[in-house]
Amino acid sequence: MTAAYHWLFVPLTLGLALVMAIMETIYVVKKDEFWKKTAQFWVKLFAINFAVGIATGIILEFEFGTNWSNYSWFVGDMFGAPLAIEGILAFFMEATFFAVMFFGWDKVSRRFHLASTWLTGIGASISAYWILVANGWMQNPVGTTFNPDTVRSEMASAQAFWEVISNPVAVSKFFHAITSGWVTGGVFVVGVSCWYLLKKRQRKFAKASILIGSLVGIVGSFAVMLSGDSSGVHAAEFQPMKLAAAEGLQDGGKRAAFTIVPGIKIPGMLSILSTHDIDGFVPGINDILNGYTDNDGNVVPSVAEKMQRGRAALDALAQYRALKDSDPAAAAEARAVLDENVQYMGYGHLEKPEDVIPPVGVVFWAFRFMIGLGMLMLLELIVVGWLAWKDKLADKKWLLIAALCCIPLVYICGQAGWVVAEVGRQPWTIQGLLPVNVAISSLSAGAVKTTFFVFLAIFTLFLVIEIRILIGAIKKGPETPNE
Amino acid sequence: MSYIFLQNYWWFLIALLGGLLVFLMFVQGANLHLGNRTLSDLQKRMILNATGRKWELTFTTLVTFGGAFFASFPLFYSTSFGGAYWVWVLILITFVFQAVSYEFQHKKENLIGSQAFRVFLMINGILAPLLIGTAVGTFFTGSDFTVNKVAITDPAAPVISTWGNGWHGLEALVNYHALLLGCSLMFLTAVLGALYILRTIDDSKIQEEMRRTVKMTLAPFLLFFLAWLVMLLLRTGYAVDEAGVITLEKFKYLHNFLQMPAVLVMFLVGVVLVLRGFILGAFTKSRHGIWPAGIGTVLVVMAVFFIAGYNSTAYYPSATDLQSSLTIRNSSSSPFTLQVMFWVSFLIPFVVAYIAYAWRQMDRKKITPDEIADTKHKY
Repeated sequence: MTAAYHWLFVPLTLGLALVMAIMETIYVVKKDEFWKKTAQFWVKLFAINFAVGIATGIILEFEFGTNWSNYSWFVGDMFGAPLAIEGILAFFMEATFFAVMFFGWDKVSRRFHLASTWLTGIGASISAYWILVANGWMQNPVGTTFNPDTVRSEMASAQAFWEVISNPVAVSKFFHAITSGWVTGGVFVVGVSCWYLLKKRQRKFAKASILIGSLVGIVGSFAVMLSGDSSGVHAAEFQPMKLAAAEGLQDGGKRAAFTIVPGIKIPGMLSILSTHDIDGFVPGINDILNGYTDNDGNVVPSVAEKMQRGRAALDALAQYRALKDSDPAAAAEARAVLDENVQYMGYGHLEKPEDVIPPVGVVFWAFRFMIGLGMLMLLELIVVGWLAWKDKLADKKWLLIAALCCIPLVYICGQAGWVVAEVGRQPWTIQGLLPVNVAISSLSAGAVKTTFFVFLAIFTLFLVIEIRILIGAIKKGPETPNE
Repeated sequence: MSYIFLQNYWWFLIALLGGLLVFLMFVQGANLHLGNRTLSDLQKRMILNATGRKWELTFTTLVTFGGAFFASFPLFYSTSFGGAYWVWVLILITFVFQAVSYEFQHKKENLIGSQAFRVFLMINGILAPLLIGTAVGTFFTGSDFTVNKVAITDPAAPVISTWGNGWHGLEALVNYHALLLGCSLMFLTAVLGALYILRTIDDSKIQEEMRRTVKMTLAPFLLFFLAWLVMLLLRTGYAVDEAGVITLEKFKYLHNFLQMPAVLVMFLVGVVLVLRGFILGAFTKSRHGIWPAGIGTVLVVMAVFFIAGYNSTAYYPSATDLQSSLTIRNSSSSPFTLQVMFWVSFLIPFVVAYIAYAWRQMDRKKITPDEIADTKHKY
């Protein structure tokens, strides 16, 4: 929940940062006060949004410890490093240069201020990278080995560390998240500017903002598609259940069809998208439950077998820890059993094979909303951007209204994406290693519920206030001359 | 580099970050003075803008402190945060409100009025140092938890670190030794805040009020801090031997000071510097009290962390199950992770340098009433 809320505020931060950095660059190059005022207006909106992003972000960090105690021990060795690097490299950069950007217009030189604006955005992006390294590892735990003496996953070599930070899942997630932020920022800027055109105010400002906003959004859209495509391939490879759920695919096969909406399918498309080969095999939910042979010829065991092996691993672990001081030989035997089965250890905590299936309906529809709305956003940005370029936009009232309506839609799109990624990977916090019910702290359900609703109430209050303030600031408008 | 060296190095960095965090909590302390009834609204707004330029740094240091603890001593993170749950959640809630209070306070659409956000800042100013100080206080008194790593193999109760009571950390508030440290920290940050305001704001009334505050806070601070210190030196502490077995040792923390004379010197120098800052602020015309007091604070806090963790001491003791106590050795990350982060930590001076540069650029002009009245870029 906190993560979803955090993700409401972050994309706008990422996107607006780029928009205003471009505008300020134009100002510094052209030395035209108009661009300075334009940039200042968007900085103001950025600041309102940034505060709430920070507030939700800190909770997120500490929640790992407070509510996911087991998880934070289990992954601390791998997760901690990216988080610490994020803190040192990115957070200070954001915080310091944000202050310069916000307060420094009349205090520091033009160039230093411009550098600060860029660095704020770059800081935010670096921060996103490191946190997604951690998130990517949860979806595809590479580079670590389980250490029975400490009972956690550890990194052991420089190569392992490199595997963690260059994890393909993390890399494509990073680009997907950053560039979808650009789309959000672009749609937001375009929508707000269209409102001014509707009200016949600030036309010059609106046109300038629409051009830059739509450009950022369009570039972002194409990059989102590219990274989304590779995310799909990774899901097929590392999290086939997520893909099967997103497609509502009960029984898989070669030349698997892609479902646009239930009843309308494109034959073979799913195989192409997820394996880049029309004859690629895509496992469905039943295949995963019952076991199958993947495209490289490896036999993937059934979930029941994985559960059996997972239990064997857990038993061996308990045995190893009980015997390691008293009976080294027996302990070594237990260790061998553990090593053999450790990759399925998380399955040992499941009660029945069906536990590995995420809520299919939710993931299926979220996926469709994400793609459908994403396409709609791209279309909107191209049309509005083109008409603004040709000076034909101001009298297309319906289009201006549509652009305004796109602002909530782009948020739904982003949240849908979050649902696909995070609901789709249930029941795992760490794929195959640690299911959600084992990752927790030992707290009463009442305590967890209380905190949940307290934070829900607080963040909702903040969200309402933020929206009110944003609307107020937009109504007041920029300080550019009203022409 | 040996594992032991890396573990010690990271404890050093945790101590340093802790020291910097307490120093930077002058932001929290300064916000307490928003409650000063003799100040006008404009004067309060000047204070708000003085801390408004620095609060993100404190906040970021807190986040980094948490991140560094997570990265280097994850067992502490999972045990204390998941166990002393309510204390940490309360601390976080006050910081969450603080984060939006600057931006929202003077916007007319803020629903609940400026006064409410001002109160949020003051609550943060009281509770954050009080609770953080008390939490650190339990480093010496012990807490009620057990750690059992085999638990993860038991599907019925898989949690490794469990807390022994339903108060989940709030019980520390009636542990008067820990609470003494919390109160000392609260008074200290209030004074640091006053010294920071003295330095940053050009306004004679504010200056006069801040000097008065420093004068009045000196006695209670000394009282609480010395009481805490005496109890610390007299109490039985948690020692750990080569094999990792934890035992109780009489006068453990006194022994730690005596066996690590460098730490003792550091502690004493820190205390002297803090007092010098107090005196500069209270009894002279100097506006630079924040520097000795700030540096002194960092030194004292670091010394306190060293006493808690070095010299074969369990830094997060369990009063319930002695052998569950956390030490620098048994709670750290793997050698490789610590080593990676060792190299990363060399970026810190670079980060400090650009922060200092940005601050110098920004603080060349002091905050004056005219500026707050004129500029649009303010809180």
